[in-house]
Amino acid sequence: MSTDTSKTTGESTDTGGRATMLRAITAVGGLASVVSTFLAWTWTDEFPGDLTFNGYPGGLQILTLVLGLLTTVFALAAMDLRGLRWLTPAGSTQALRLMALGTFATTWFTVIAIAVDLGGLANWEPGAWVAAIGSAIPLAALLLPNDTRPLKRPAELPSWAEILIIAAVFAIGLYVVNYGIQTDPDHPEPFLGYLIAVGFAAAALFKAGIVARMSALTAKYRSVTLLAALVTAVAFPFTQDKASYTELGVNILIFATVALGLNIVVGLAGLLDLGYVAFLGVGAYTAALVSGSTSSTLDVHFPFWAAVIAGAVVSLIFGVVIGAPTLRLRGDYLAIVTLGFGEIFRLAMQNMDGVSGPSVTNGPNGIPNIPPLEIFGFNFDEDHTVLGRTLDSNANYFLLMLLVTVVVVLVFSRAGNSRIGRAWVAIREDETAATAMGINGFRVKLIAFALGATLAGVAGTVWAHVQTTVVPEQYVFAGPVPPNSTFLLAAVILGGMGTIGGPLLGATLLFLIPKKLEFFQDYQLLAFGIALILIMRFRPEGIIPNRRQQLEYHETDQLDAPDQPQLSGNAVGVTKAEA
Amino acid sequence: MTTTTSPVLSASGVTMRFGGLTAVRSVDLTVNSGEIVGLIGPNGAGKTTFFNCLTGLYVPTEGNVTYQGDILPPKPHLVTQAGVARTFQNIRLFANMTVLENVLVGRHTRTKEGLWSALLRGPGFKRAEAASKERAMELLEFTGLADKADHLSRNLPYGEQRKLEIARALASDPGLLLLDEPTAGMNPQETRATEELVFAIRDQGTAVLVIEHDMRFIFNLCDRVTVLVQGQKLIEGTPDVVQSDERVIAAYIGTPFEGAPGDDEVAEVEAAEAEAAEAQQDTGPSGTPKSTTARTEDGQ
Repeated sequence: MSTDTSKTTGESTDTGGRATMLRAITAVGGLASVVSTFLAWTWTDEFPGDLTFNGYPGGLQILTLVLGLLTTVFALAAMDLRGLRWLTPAGSTQALRLMALGTFATTWFTVIAIAVDLGGLANWEPGAWVAAIGSAIPLAALLLPNDTRPLKRPAELPSWAEILIIAAVFAIGLYVVNYGIQTDPDHPEPFLGYLIAVGFAAAALFKAGIVARMSALTAKYRSVTLLAALVTAVAFPFTQDKASYTELGVNILIFATVALGLNIVVGLAGLLDLGYVAFLGVGAYTAALVSGSTSSTLDVHFPFWAAVIAGAVVSLIFGVVIGAPTLRLRGDYLAIVTLGFGEIFRLAMQNMDGVSGPSVTNGPNGIPNIPPLEIFGFNFDEDHTVLGRTLDSNANYFLLMLLVTVVVVLVFSRAGNSRIGRAWVAIREDETAATAMGINGFRVKLIAFALGATLAGVAGTVWAHVQTTVVPEQYVFAGPVPPNSTFLLAAVILGGMGTIGGPLLGATLLFLIPKKLEFFQDYQLLAFGIALILIMRFRPEGIIPNRRQQLEYHETDQLDAPDQPQLSGNAVGVTKAEA
Repeated sequence: MTTTTSPVLSASGVTMRFGGLTAVRSVDLTVNSGEIVGLIGPNGAGKTTFFNCLTGLYVPTEGNVTYQGDILPPKPHLVTQAGVARTFQNIRLFANMTVLENVLVGRHTRTKEGLWSALLRGPGFKRAEAASKERAMELLEFTGLADKADHLSRNLPYGEQRKLEIARALASDPGLLLLDEPTAGMNPQETRATEELVFAIRDQGTAVLVIEHDMRFIFNLCDRVTVLVQGQKLIEGTPDVVQSDERVIAAYIGTPFEGAPGDDEVAEVEAAEAEAAEAQQDTGPSGTPKSTTARTEDGQ
């Protein structure tokens, strides 16, 4: 309330001077937060991250340091300081507010956590008081008038500079991801602080228009961007120093890849598949059976390439066998039937133990002792020193999995942007009209279903070797531990249907958050549900929206028709057509 | 018109029953090449059902449909493949695809690049894709939508959505185009433009079968008109013949019968209307100042 009144009076008197003053206050507050991180916040190292040092920041203080700096820089950019204006092409106020809020939230989260964990405000050293007060000062930005403006045409930079920017952004991205992955797994505080900080900072950068500017740049240099993404991904295992971190990395990559495969089925062809995890299982079981494991009922040892082909072919066959009868159904019926088939797979694996059925899978015991992969004498279970860094087993599998991911990304983007991809989208949009345009609906849907199954099967073959054990209980419909069909579907929906980045981001978030926050695991399914409800309410197109979907859900944005003056006519046409 | 009059489409004895309801009863229809044929009838006469029988959405209970001498298979995509394209009564565009993509989907039957060529992206794929795009742009040019190629089809005005549906249907290079109420909901100018468009399509060598309720549109456009009433063909002939047929008029507005109780009143009303019309013609010029006075009075 008080903010409202003060804002109106401020605007009526001297808006410009007052705004400049508020921005200056914000900048000073940001600096104060920065300074506070060089002081000790508490007296004991019992609090995770050891915030007891005077002279340099540590643990959660680093987050406050970075956000405080960003707040100061954004405040200076808002004051039109020369050389900083490129930071806020779409308006500075909303970005500045979010940055200020982020600094405040992260710092106060930390100091409150100190008080709660250690029992009382007595545990605050003077630095904590400075931080608490200093980080509250930038909230002055909340009183600033809104100055959101349409994106300005960017200044022309030489192309080497633009490419350098892309490289720098990917490097920063890798650093940020690494920071999150390497937070102390035994205490939830650092990761929670990280989530708060990254969330606010990302929102601020989005509002400032930098994200839009960056996506324009990456679209301009597509091949450079792809190369940078690949290099970043390859660099990931080289920057880890603990096996638990590379294990996180390889698991994230596997689930992200499988989610991307599911995105072909759900996002492009619009077939709601609730039993997708079964195809990952088919691939994993096939690879396990031909791996030469002592527990395998087949006494064969395929080389890896043959195992991958076997996994892909068996998954393809399963995809066609399951798809052929079910794809005659539409919508909800298809969802129910695929859910059923997913469970049938798990129960079948459980019962093929030689007692209830043929002896193939060892039933609930699964197939343990899957031997490590060996390609051209390169043993995946041993440590290898490459470029002075030691790559452990998980890092080796990470690099192998990356190859699969690249294949899946290529398949997704190439198939999606072709005759068959257009047919999928047409089927998703209106099946009757699509068949009237000469599309054989059943055939095209079966191709999507089988392709999705095959890609999951390939990922499954690697997954079996990473886990060294396959058991039926991994392939349930919903459960606390990924992979399960709900997890994969949630990753696709949360991230953004029909996009490449969406499932990758969605799977990363959904996997990393419960892993880092141990206390969270009991409530994981509840949190899934809440997260999905929130996404459906506030951002139904997912975190990374598909251009089509964004327009679908936010009708008034008219992103594709900015040059047309007769927008009102268009709007009338839309309502008429839908009436 | 063209001199060749080989039949493009001929339906003989098409009957469609839904349980006990016979929606279409043994209808014969022939469309010759270079012809525009109209299909009219009151609401519920079975026009759209008959259309759906022609395009394979329904399998007719009896009778068969041949296209250029071959019996059409009862699957919509095979009918389109054979060369019969259609539009829908209620617009069914792919709402979240761009205008260009909509037309490209229409090219589906005339291209054959499968999954493998899409994944491998050989020179053949690129050539086919470029050719499809070129043909699609031609069609957008033809229908006057070229400058909106990158818009989402859901954002087009209503009239242009109708045009886009026609462009999409034409993309499959059909020998026969079936239009289901192409001018429904259009204003007179748009109707006029659609008329021109249909003539242009005919001149390109595509026969057209059109369902419409707008009689002026139908009688301007069509070489022959078939009237469907309660699932049965009532009459077929040139627009003049159909227009003057009493049974057609009766089907649309009913028949007067001898000694109907309202007859006297009807005659009275008609006489009064004629009188009023005359009176209005006389007082035509003086009508304007009168209304101005009325307005000023309202203002006070």
